[in-house]
Amino acid sequence: MYRYSEFDTAFLAERNAQFRAQVERRIDGSLTEDEFKPLRLMNGLYLQLHAYMLRVAIPYGTLNSAQMRQLALLAEEWDKGYGHFTTRQNIQYNWPKLNDVPDMLDALAEVGMHAIQTSGNTIRNVTADHFAGAAADEVADPRPYAELLRQWSTDHPEFQFMPRKFKIAITGSENDRAVIKAHDIGLQLVERDGVLGARVIVGGGLGRTPMIGKELSDFVAFDDLLAYLEATVSVWNQIGRRDNKYKARIKITVHEHGIDAIRAKVNERFLKVRPQFKGADMNLLEEIKDHFAPPTFREASVASFESAYTNDPVFRSWVDTNIAPHKNADHAIVTISIKKHGQTPGDATAEQMRVMADLAEEFAYDELRISHEQNVILPHVHKSDLPAIHAKLKEYELATANIGLISDIIACPGMDYCALATARSIPVAQEIATRFDDLKLEHDIGHLKIKISGCINACGHHHVGHIGILGLDRAGVENYQITLGGDATETAAVGDRTGPGFAYDEIVPAVERIVETYLEQRDSAEETFLETYRRVGMAPFKAALYPEARANAA
Amino acid sequence: MARAFTPKVVTANDLLEGDVIYLTEDDRWSRELTEAELITDEAHAQVRLLDASRQANKIVGAYLADAIAGEDGPEPTHFREDFRRTGPSNYAHGKQETSPQPRA
Repeated sequence: MYRYSEFDTAFLAERNAQFRAQVERRIDGSLTEDEFKPLRLMNGLYLQLHAYMLRVAIPYGTLNSAQMRQLALLAEEWDKGYGHFTTRQNIQYNWPKLNDVPDMLDALAEVGMHAIQTSGNTIRNVTADHFAGAAADEVADPRPYAELLRQWSTDHPEFQFMPRKFKIAITGSENDRAVIKAHDIGLQLVERDGVLGARVIVGGGLGRTPMIGKELSDFVAFDDLLAYLEATVSVWNQIGRRDNKYKARIKITVHEHGIDAIRAKVNERFLKVRPQFKGADMNLLEEIKDHFAPPTFREASVASFESAYTNDPVFRSWVDTNIAPHKNADHAIVTISIKKHGQTPGDATAEQMRVMADLAEEFAYDELRISHEQNVILPHVHKSDLPAIHAKLKEYELATANIGLISDIIACPGMDYCALATARSIPVAQEIATRFDDLKLEHDIGHLKIKISGCINACGHHHVGHIGILGLDRAGVENYQITLGGDATETAAVGDRTGPGFAYDEIVPAVERIVETYLEQRDSAEETFLETYRRVGMAPFKAALYPEARANAA
Repeated sequence: MARAFTPKVVTANDLLEGDVIYLTEDDRWSRELTEAELITDEAHAQVRLLDASRQANKIVGAYLADAIAGEDGPEPTHFREDFRRTGPSNYAHGKQETSPQPRA
């Protein structure tokens, strides 16, 4: 875990004091809303449909128990007792009062957290593989580099007024759990001839123009990486379009100029920028690495785990879905589902946050992670502790065995909260989860990712859902478009639209017909939804969704 | 021919609380849409929006929202305004909680 230096602490204290004064000046009338809005957004404070919303960064998704307890405190003290974990490893508070926000930011600073650059046309929270540092398949822990990027990008003077926001994701594994191909820059750590570096993907993004990122470089050594990234952002900062916010993201720049032309410009700029990096960044990276040294994994028998696995079917089911392999064979990665059937995806109560903090402290070397899939992870757990963890989670409605299944849905806040939304997404997620739980089909259906956005900006990642749902406003009525075959992993793909959308009360039955079609079409229980879709294509799903069109065509 | 003017209310968010408020005929801000002034004249609507926008130390983001006359006062014509006057659908929060007293 990164521990703040004196510089970090002083910087944050100063920023928070500035914002406190800005809030006071807004309230006493010295600042107009037009003047205040960019200032509050720089500090993560939005005004949504029913209230202000504070978006707090959880850098690279990593928390310790003290930080998680502080998030619980904020929820209880200044909100309505819960927080919402988002698809960019942030937590959002939906009900703060303007007067209270400076106190909330001070409370966050006590545990080395902030809301800086969670909005605005800046480099946003750097996200990472939520299994970082624990995954069996990783080349190196990406978080030290992510922390270096956080420090580099925070208040970077060249990158405070860019054409649009800029999002970076980083993974240390070939198996992409960080959706790097749907970010402005995606980094995959790779080792070449004993030298650690990164493959650089650029120009991915969702929103109204979804694009899969393209490879800018297959390898940049760590020594050069920060200069290379600065060159990349710098090129876009200069040539990225400022005439139209919908054409401003780097994905459009890459699309319009072509990846080869962008690469040439970046290489040219890199030669100018590189001499400014005199190795201080690498010294800093070495220091940061010490903060992320892996814990000393304890050695103990796993017999109690094996016995519980054999004898307790509920525990076994949870282990089969919610546990991932750890690099240490006697340990496991636990994903705690924040998706109990019928609940709001990603919402955790203050009590649940404290329970997870306690479990992390007692059993998981004091570490927690937040995934972009809106779940919470205990990254290092000795297998013998799994039964005790499961028992505790059950008491607090946190033991749902559904990771990677149809009810493990990503959903943005949608029109229940968001001022930009065109339709609701939360109730659609709740109803799909409840419906398939009632049908008791979830485990039979297997690996299936549903992702729901309540507007075209795609915070719910619908384009890369196996089943994607996009809520729109069609002539004053909520209407939901469906895409199939999206993929958020290393084999990233944007889903294909099925056809006309569905009304609010038709969307759950439509999803049910898609799933029934999959169950009919799959060649075995092992063939996943995505594999089946890739094999049989859109036709059978279309036929199931639009029987009238088929009848008319016949 | 110009499009016919549809009735409007002036709505905004409260500066401190952030919640949804409506301009009443007697120049108060109410938490209840039913208490809002239903404006049927386009020129008057612009004047009322100006009246609202001047109160920058109390409110944020005033705009004209479509509404129609109902039994108890104005009612929304679009689902977005229906959510704004109610609150989210996943919890009984916002205006579904105990109604706060309107601010003078």
